[in-house]
Amino acid sequence: MALLKIKFTFQSRVRLAQGLWLLSWLAVIAATLTFSMGVFLKAELHKRSEVMDNTEIHAVPNTLIVVGLASLGINFFAGRICQDALDTTRFPRWKSFLQPYFILSLFFTLLMLVAVIMSYAMKGNLEESLKIGLKNGIRFYKDTDIPGRCFQKETIDRLQMDFRCCGNNNYKDWFEVQWISNRFLDFTSKEVKDRIKSNVDGRYLIDGVPFSCCNPESPRPCIQHQLTNNSAHYNYEYQTEELNLFNRGCREALVSYYMGIMNSIGAGVLSVFILQMSVLVSVRYLQTATEALVGQENTEIETEGYLLEKEVKETIKEKMDTILKFLPINQVDAAAGQGSAEVGEKPATPAS
Amino acid sequence: MAVLKVKFTKNKRDKLAQVLWIVNWISVVTGIILFSLGLFLKVEISKQQEIMPDRQLHMVPNMLIAVGLIACTINFLGGKICHDCVDIAKYLRWKLLMLPYIICTFFFTFCILVGALMCYGMRGELEESLLSGLRDAMRYYKDTDTPGRCFLKRTVDLLQIQFQCCGNNDFRDWFHIQWISNRYLDMSSKEVVHRLRSNVEGKYLVDSVPFSCCNPSSPRPCIQHQVTNSSAHFNYDYATEEPNLWRRGCRQALLEYFTQIMQSIGLTVIITWLFELSVLTGVRYLQTAMENVLRNGNPDSESDGWLLENSFVEMARSNFKIIKNLGKCNQIDISGSDDPNIDVPSSSFAHYGPGNLPTKQIPVYS
Repeated sequence: MALLKIKFTFQSRVRLAQGLWLLSWLAVIAATLTFSMGVFLKAELHKRSEVMDNTEIHAVPNTLIVVGLASLGINFFAGRICQDALDTTRFPRWKSFLQPYFILSLFFTLLMLVAVIMSYAMKGNLEESLKIGLKNGIRFYKDTDIPGRCFQKETIDRLQMDFRCCGNNNYKDWFEVQWISNRFLDFTSKEVKDRIKSNVDGRYLIDGVPFSCCNPESPRPCIQHQLTNNSAHYNYEYQTEELNLFNRGCREALVSYYMGIMNSIGAGVLSVFILQMSVLVSVRYLQTATEALVGQENTEIETEGYLLEKEVKETIKEKMDTILKFLPINQVDAAAGQGSAEVGEKPATPAS
Repeated sequence: MAVLKVKFTKNKRDKLAQVLWIVNWISVVTGIILFSLGLFLKVEISKQQEIMPDRQLHMVPNMLIAVGLIACTINFLGGKICHDCVDIAKYLRWKLLMLPYIICTFFFTFCILVGALMCYGMRGELEESLLSGLRDAMRYYKDTDTPGRCFLKRTVDLLQIQFQCCGNNDFRDWFHIQWISNRYLDMSSKEVVHRLRSNVEGKYLVDSVPFSCCNPSSPRPCIQHQVTNSSAHFNYDYATEEPNLWRRGCRQALLEYFTQIMQSIGLTVIITWLFELSVLTGVRYLQTAMENVLRNGNPDSESDGWLLENSFVEMARSNFKIIKNLGKCNQIDISGSDDPNIDVPSSSFAHYGPGNLPTKQIPVYS
């Protein structure tokens, strides 16, 4: 009792092969698109890798790249198979190839689905990685003279200007960190000494932010120092001032940027997945319909095509049996087999 | 005495037609590239229109767009003609069109050259436009409450950040204008009043620059106020300090940017011009060769192709005569002209007497 049996006349077989050829070329284009989407995402993640703590999120573009390349191979072979399917002399060449081909294709197609699920599931991971990375970036902002950290200032400044954001959660993060290096502080000045003494860790903390937090849309020249002191600036109230600095935090800005990319890529990959599955289903039908012709003289008769020869449960049981045979549970199986054979024989003898 | 005569066998004619077909299609592609480059340039100039208010600047990209489109059409038609020239029957369809087509292409090629020269000449106009545009933009930087100028602050800030430049010539330009609006100045403060008084025009001038002049690559937090005052900041020497601000002026930065674009466009235009010239020469040879084939009568025979039937001087002379006589169509010119375009009535050559025999002897059967 085959799964999803369909009758195929000669004409419909021919049409299936032609349709499959067209579909496989479309799928090749789709696979190239998937590959390039993976490369694009990897490049974008790599651009800002300095503010990310780990590279676990790179699993998503890596999977997409692998799946894209594998799909190219799958669809290329699908095209060749359908070209040979209508010629009964050339088709038997593919016989031994098709079983592993289907298993591999199914595996890579399901991997596509896994990639899409991963891109949504790893949002939390991305956010954590950015949180730690940005915190370190802000902490080492002042260390432009320490090798290994000297690029942090430029990275954070350019990030804040490009993504129009300030700090980790918001601009107040800069108040908790000393972002002006001691090299540029006049330790003989009373004001500097007061500030350092008033802090437990001896850090020079101010209610100021770097220039890269300034919002060009603001109607007034940027106020970046003494932000919480209303009297330090004329006609200024920090509670109601909205346009002076960027309001968004950089973590939120980066997460929404990357999730936007991954959402659009996810939608694209889902459609490629559907296309790929239809290619595989068509190849399977074509294979089973053409295999029924083997040994027949008249190649124009009607044949049946199916997805699985037996029902799903039976097929799984069969596969499990073949796998279990290779395991050292042989003796138990043999004994069980003998027992069931004896049981089977007993009702048979009275009948005969 | 033809100019640059070349003999063409049937094979050579066919090969010429095929090569011309390919070259025409390549020229169509260059025409499309030119069109998109013109569009790109137009968009780039429009993006900076607040600092480059000159209307005349749009002439160059408009001309490029037009040239690109015309090149596409001309070469598309040329490709079709050359493709058909292999077959005599199909050639007859195009026979009458070919000479006007060649003349059009000749003038068009000339236009392309003019276009290329305009590209390179645009630099001067650009510089002038930028000089006045940037100066005005900086002057109105503070006027964020005046309608019509309220976006200039944002434009200038984003420009300085994007092109990594500061001021018109350099950052000192900001010292000569008041870029902080009076709305944000505490007029009761002694310092503000002092500054305003010390200036002839009553402007609040400071040795500070806007935040968009800051260079993120600098190792120290940006010094944008009291830039020239070495004692105002610790460990800071104005004379020897590494760039804390962008050193380049915005006029120079924009000029370099647009000059780069113009140079690549100019190169593409010159390449297009060379292609058009080769197409023109090839089609002219093909046309004359095909016409001579028709004159000979045998489609597979050898024929001559040339650029001009007579020498350049003779052609100019004959064309000049045609134009001169266009106005005299009612008069009879008996000055002995042998131009076939002029209708000379036979009455001027009358008297077929024994002494005035026509040149061609009629055979007499005796």
